[in-house]
Amino acid sequence: MQTKRTIFGNKGLPYLLLAPQLIITGIFFLWPAGQAVYMSFLREDAFGMSSTFVGLRNYTRLLDNAEYLDSVKVTLVFSVATVVLALGLSLVLALAVDRMIRSARGYTTLLVWPYAVAPAVAGILWWFIFNPTIGIMPYVLENLFGYDWNHSLDPDDAMTLVVIASAWKQISYNFLFFVAGLQSIPTSLREAAAIDGAGPFKRFWTITLPLLSPTTFFLLVVNVVYTLFETFAVIDATTEGGPAQATNILVYKVFQDGYVGLNFGSSSAQSVILMGLVVVLTFIQFRFVERRVTY
Amino acid sequence: MKFSKIAAATAASVLALSAQASAQTQIDWWHAMGGELGEKTEALATAFNASQSDYVVVPSYRGSYTETMTGAIAAFRAGEQPNIVQVFEVGTGTMMAAQGAIVPVHQLMEQTGTPFDPSAFLPAVVGYYADPQGNMLSMPFNSSTPILYYNKNVFEAAGLDPEQAPRTWAEVEAFSRQIMSSGAADCGFTTGWVSWAQLENFSAWHNQQIGTLQNGFGGLETELTVNGPVTVRHWDNLAAWQEEGVFQYGGPGGGADAPPAFYAQQCAMYMNSSASRAGVLNNTPDFEVGFGMLPYYEDVAGAPQNSIIGGATLWVLAGGTAEEEAGVAAFFNFLSSPEVQAQWHQDTGYLPITQAAYELSEAQGYYAANPGADVSINQMNLNPPTENSRGLRFGNYVQIRTIIDEEFQRLLAGEVDAQGALDAVVERGNTLIRDFEDANG
Repeated sequence: MQTKRTIFGNKGLPYLLLAPQLIITGIFFLWPAGQAVYMSFLREDAFGMSSTFVGLRNYTRLLDNAEYLDSVKVTLVFSVATVVLALGLSLVLALAVDRMIRSARGYTTLLVWPYAVAPAVAGILWWFIFNPTIGIMPYVLENLFGYDWNHSLDPDDAMTLVVIASAWKQISYNFLFFVAGLQSIPTSLREAAAIDGAGPFKRFWTITLPLLSPTTFFLLVVNVVYTLFETFAVIDATTEGGPAQATNILVYKVFQDGYVGLNFGSSSAQSVILMGLVVVLTFIQFRFVERRVTY
Repeated sequence: MKFSKIAAATAASVLALSAQASAQTQIDWWHAMGGELGEKTEALATAFNASQSDYVVVPSYRGSYTETMTGAIAAFRAGEQPNIVQVFEVGTGTMMAAQGAIVPVHQLMEQTGTPFDPSAFLPAVVGYYADPQGNMLSMPFNSSTPILYYNKNVFEAAGLDPEQAPRTWAEVEAFSRQIMSSGAADCGFTTGWVSWAQLENFSAWHNQQIGTLQNGFGGLETELTVNGPVTVRHWDNLAAWQEEGVFQYGGPGGGADAPPAFYAQQCAMYMNSSASRAGVLNNTPDFEVGFGMLPYYEDVAGAPQNSIIGGATLWVLAGGTAEEEAGVAAFFNFLSSPEVQAQWHQDTGYLPITQAAYELSEAQGYYAANPGADVSINQMNLNPPTENSRGLRFGNYVQIRTIIDEEFQRLLAGEVDAQGALDAVVERGNTLIRDFEDANG
């Protein structure tokens, strides 16, 4: 048997073919990331007229800063809640659609719609629905349950709002992958288990869920990154990190301190920390969680 | 043959185009005026362009005040800055400190030989935007001050005199309770811009110090002092009133939820910028609106003093050619003419920034025809400004505004009392002021 090997006559050709990808990574990732690392060691005025090298001071000040540590906690609560909600709900919906035969396509289309909505638009929609003065939900909550909803003052209300809004955005995406994952599970396995007398719950826990684990794992990684970075627009449109920083997640704080506050040193240090955090998280996920995944 | 003809024609037309472009110098102007105000702003540029043929001012809407300012700074760092940028009053400290990045207006006018008389402007406006020597650094454009709006129909339904705005906070409270118990409205009052109206202007109006060194005008070493007993008492009251529904919180920043609460007749009184006048009148076709000065606590010595301005000025960024700078100077000269200013003032509710524009508006019968339109000017000129009521100037004040909002929210949520909230404002604010001093000192 011969191994299939392609031999390039020209030594430069493989590099040339790789170049577009490398250039894009370089320009859009390595260069800005390097710039952020460099800036995180500087103290600069807003216009960049003078800059001083301050070593690790931007980092040490962050770690001493109670608001920054609060933001870490807020991010943790927000990410876990959003990921659990987005994965859980979309799995339930996918399971429901998987049982449909004729109407599955229609439901799938409907459930994918929210993904087409821009995050900022989604944020504004939720802002309207939950607006304490003019929104419909506070009105319903007040009249049906006697609950006085006010996310501009109550930190828990605000957190609930951003979690719902962010999860809603991501459910469509997760749902699609779950539906595809479910369809790739051979029906014969489930039928065999059913013949052996396993009930629907037993079949779900022992057959469907384990066989779905590659999808679930992939979605876990994607969703964690989503909650850390892409929820910016939703937060900006609904709570702007408030009230009193109750929904000020790390990525929003980077924006606040850098773009609004013009404190580029601290903002860069924060994005470097955030970048490190994601690298570590992804590493942990691949190293430890993936072991439990059956492909 | 054919090809060269086309090429020649193209070259000729390109040449013609560029000749046309070079005849007029383009001045880029970034502003933050959206909606109706944006249309009025663009109209100013159009009028200027029509009035002469040397320069073309190209206005460009850049989003909120914060976005416009940070966008211009980012553009400056990239060497792509506009000639003129509109910056809100709390950004003044940052812009002033950026020596080399800005061209002070008094210097620009001198260099270009444009006639310019700072004493023609309203003192409260000049004072806010001048350096310690009294030189004007930026061109006043849109200045406003918070006033009180009230719903005359609700006042009448509650058995109050619809022609009498509340003068003191005691009256605001008493009127609110009467309005609520009579069922005329659900809530007494709401406010936009908590930090601007209920802290900064509240302090000036009661002649209370906002920060050391003349509220920061005296130098970067200033410290906030807003945790005094008068302000603490007011914030405690606001928290208690919010609890009872007398006061309804409109949210951080400009307070997005405040205007709808007033327009929907939920709240009977509303404090916001005098420049909200046009918006208020447009949105309240179902009831009559009354205007009043900001309320004060009667027992505070020296109150009412005078209110301070907010709004924005036009800064000239460095890096323009001599021709462009001459164009900017001509445009500023046009903007400060009494006719243009009076029209702008009457269209928008912003203050007339020159004495002449005020007098012209009066002569045109504007105040007689529009009762309440002069409340803002009278309130700002009520007394000669003291060191506490001239204005304020702190570095990083954009973020300090956010801190004020955050601590106010913590107060309303019952996490701290007013003393604790204001102490935290002072402590967290001073840290930012020290940072600014470090980076710009």
